[in-house]
Amino acid sequence: MNEFTIKIAGEAGQGMQTIGAALCRIFKKAGYNIFANQDYMSRVRGGNNFFQLRVADSQIFSLRKKSDIVIALDKQSVAIHKANLNEGGIIVLDKKKFDIPEDDKTFFDVPLYELAVSVGGSDIFISTVSCGVIAGINRLEFAYLEEAIKDIFAGKGDESIKKNVSAARAGYDFAKNKPGKEKNKPKASSAKNTLLIDGNEAIALGAIRAGCKFYSAYPMTPSTSIMNTIAHYAGRFNIVVEQAEDEIAAINMALGASYGGSRSMTATSGGGFALMVEGLSLAGMTETPVVIVDAQRPAPATGFPTRTEQSDLDFLIHAGHGEFARVVYTPGTIEDAFYLTIKAFNIAEEYQIPVLIMTDQHLADSIRDIEAFDLNKVKIQRHIISRSESKKITGYKRYQFTESGVSPRAIPSWIEDVIYVDSDEHNEEGHITEEADIRIKMVEKRFYKKMNALAREIEQPAAYNLVKAKTILLGFGSTYGAIKEVCETSNENIGFVHLSQVWPFPTQEITRLLNGKKNIITVENNAAGQLARLLMRETGIKVSGSVLRFDGRPFDLDYLNAQLSKRDI
Amino acid sequence: MNINDFKSNDGIAWCPGCGDFGILNALKKALVALGRPPKDVLLVSGIGQAAKLPHYIKCNCFNGLHGRAIPPAVAAKIVNPNLTVLVTTGDGDCYGEGGNHFIHNIRRNVDITVIVHNNQVYGLTKGQASPTTDLGYETKVQTKGVIIEPIHPLEIAISLGCGFVARGYVANSEHLSWLISEGIKHKGFSLIDVLQPCVTYNKKNTYEWYTKRVYKVNDDPLYNPQDKVLAYQKAAEWGDKIPIGIIYRSDKETYEERSGIDKWTPLAEANIENVDIAGVFKDFM
Repeated sequence: MNEFTIKIAGEAGQGMQTIGAALCRIFKKAGYNIFANQDYMSRVRGGNNFFQLRVADSQIFSLRKKSDIVIALDKQSVAIHKANLNEGGIIVLDKKKFDIPEDDKTFFDVPLYELAVSVGGSDIFISTVSCGVIAGINRLEFAYLEEAIKDIFAGKGDESIKKNVSAARAGYDFAKNKPGKEKNKPKASSAKNTLLIDGNEAIALGAIRAGCKFYSAYPMTPSTSIMNTIAHYAGRFNIVVEQAEDEIAAINMALGASYGGSRSMTATSGGGFALMVEGLSLAGMTETPVVIVDAQRPAPATGFPTRTEQSDLDFLIHAGHGEFARVVYTPGTIEDAFYLTIKAFNIAEEYQIPVLIMTDQHLADSIRDIEAFDLNKVKIQRHIISRSESKKITGYKRYQFTESGVSPRAIPSWIEDVIYVDSDEHNEEGHITEEADIRIKMVEKRFYKKMNALAREIEQPAAYNLVKAKTILLGFGSTYGAIKEVCETSNENIGFVHLSQVWPFPTQEITRLLNGKKNIITVENNAAGQLARLLMRETGIKVSGSVLRFDGRPFDLDYLNAQLSKRDI
Repeated sequence: MNINDFKSNDGIAWCPGCGDFGILNALKKALVALGRPPKDVLLVSGIGQAAKLPHYIKCNCFNGLHGRAIPPAVAAKIVNPNLTVLVTTGDGDCYGEGGNHFIHNIRRNVDITVIVHNNQVYGLTKGQASPTTDLGYETKVQTKGVIIEPIHPLEIAISLGCGFVARGYVANSEHLSWLISEGIKHKGFSLIDVLQPCVTYNKKNTYEWYTKRVYKVNDDPLYNPQDKVLAYQKAAEWGDKIPIGIIYRSDKETYEERSGIDKWTPLAEANIENVDIAGVFKDFM
């Protein structure tokens, strides 16, 4: 596989995200595959942020540790990122601007500032000049660059497009005319109609397709771009997106909308989810469907607001006082994020339960090029008493006892009766009761019967090379990419199992896959080895170790390989 | 519509003589007067004695969490605008536990009516001070008397531009019923703070105490509830004389109008089975 990694580094506010997003488009147009994400600090200006872009000529699912090309937009980025350069790697920098007199074999000095000012009239064009430099180094056809610029600045007018194309051309020509710095031979474009999309956008599109009509949330990194994306399309698809006063309001609004008849959703990160927990319990008690996303970040408390971790696993499985049925999905890929969001809405409505989607900053912000989602695979069916049937309904009991534990759900004002829903223990009509017999039947309905039924709806784990493998890596959520690539690029001694649903735990299938296996290692972005403990609790299977990363950074292919090489596998 | 259409068979758990009965009756009368059938009325409540009210009237009911009545109420109204949505809440539920929602939903201005059973004390937890308990009032917790300032809900509401701010008194049933129906008719967030004696725990603010003090502000032909400064002064009046009635009103655009959703098919009725997102893909290409 021909591949290379580019990092665009600088202070917050210098436009690394813009350059990175543009480069993703350019390389995609040139027919490459992409995996990209951003590493950013919790600040608006200053610090050191970078956008990381791995480019390859086949599908990739994770990042690399070292870079081949670094664009340093400020002086401190030069020193920071020089340490993690591959052999033969280069740093694009503006020596004059940064006042760096000395030379280095890694330096590729480009007068970014002067080019931007002379061509565009302002240093804001440094971003576009930089894109040109990267394209020039990689000997891409300029047409891809021009096309990408036209897409990106489509709404900004012809003058803006013209200036940006000139700026890109200046950077491109400068780099292309420098011999000895070219990185890759140009690749014939095989670009298809693939999407460049990140995990949060995939969740947002999944929610829109699933018929979410009410989205309430309080902004919290790294979940916020779900809200941004749904808000962007809200007018087109008639969706209400409401920024709530706090996360408590967010979930209680989502429940009110659901009671009122719409599919609803909220998203947050760990701290916000902590505030929602009483509302989660309310959803369980009142049997009100709702979909909740926890895009995890390192905790406790405020933690690392912009970084990644998988430490809410135990929390999400157990959150909420009392016992009630729930489902927790842990998508491993952008495709999973889309399809599982749709499944979350369907399951929430069919079983009248809260469904949680647990992601993390790594999946939320990572961009990959993927085949467009297959909309033929998607089925949406409402599980409510329809408008036409409703007209015949009298003597309605919201919590009518049934074989399945699920009672037919009516929408207020549609039926010829009223609907009582209560957070207190209630009888079939929804009125408050303290009767022991009714309590027992209600617990059986909400908890036992629904959990039994949900065991038949489990999203089964993915398995790879289990027959020949001596070591099996076990992971959940966003570690999928690193685990998959490590296994696929190693010898046949390693296989993996990946869970995209952790609750109800896929006990039967996991037992079938892992029972009797000697060397199971969990790969987890947390300190406690929460998955290993969950596996033990639910199946009695003991792992031989865990690779745990809790520095707030995602697993990349090289990091995981290095950790595994220290072990006897 | 008559009063029996709203009759619930659920047993009432309030103390005999509780002011809540007066609110229940006034609410039923208002709904009869407005001709809203039970199936089109939604009462949302949190926790406390006031929050039990929806069980004692035949209407749709969402009895949720302590302090969290307003958020589900506004969301249900947004997606299902056929519903007449009311919140029955208490001084602890609305002004204490749910204070943040009270403030921000006045700003949001969704068309709901919030009736606060304000008895100036906690009933269900047995007699502690509430956010509206008068200074100096002694309880088992506030043993030396309340030392923190009571909240002024009407002043807060007026300052936030609430379009309908009223105070009722349970012993004036006809007047209270009129306030509730005016509140329901008002488009946008309506607040009706109702003085309501707690016969078990509040030994100060009794029927006798209130009856001696209340007067109907709208009886004064010179009182203009659209004058914000005057309304603010009236709302601050508390002591020997306590005004009841419509203290402030002003017509302003609702959330539904500002967002444009009043022109949409009600969201609950949206056909969601075939939402076509294929056209969105090109934004990601």
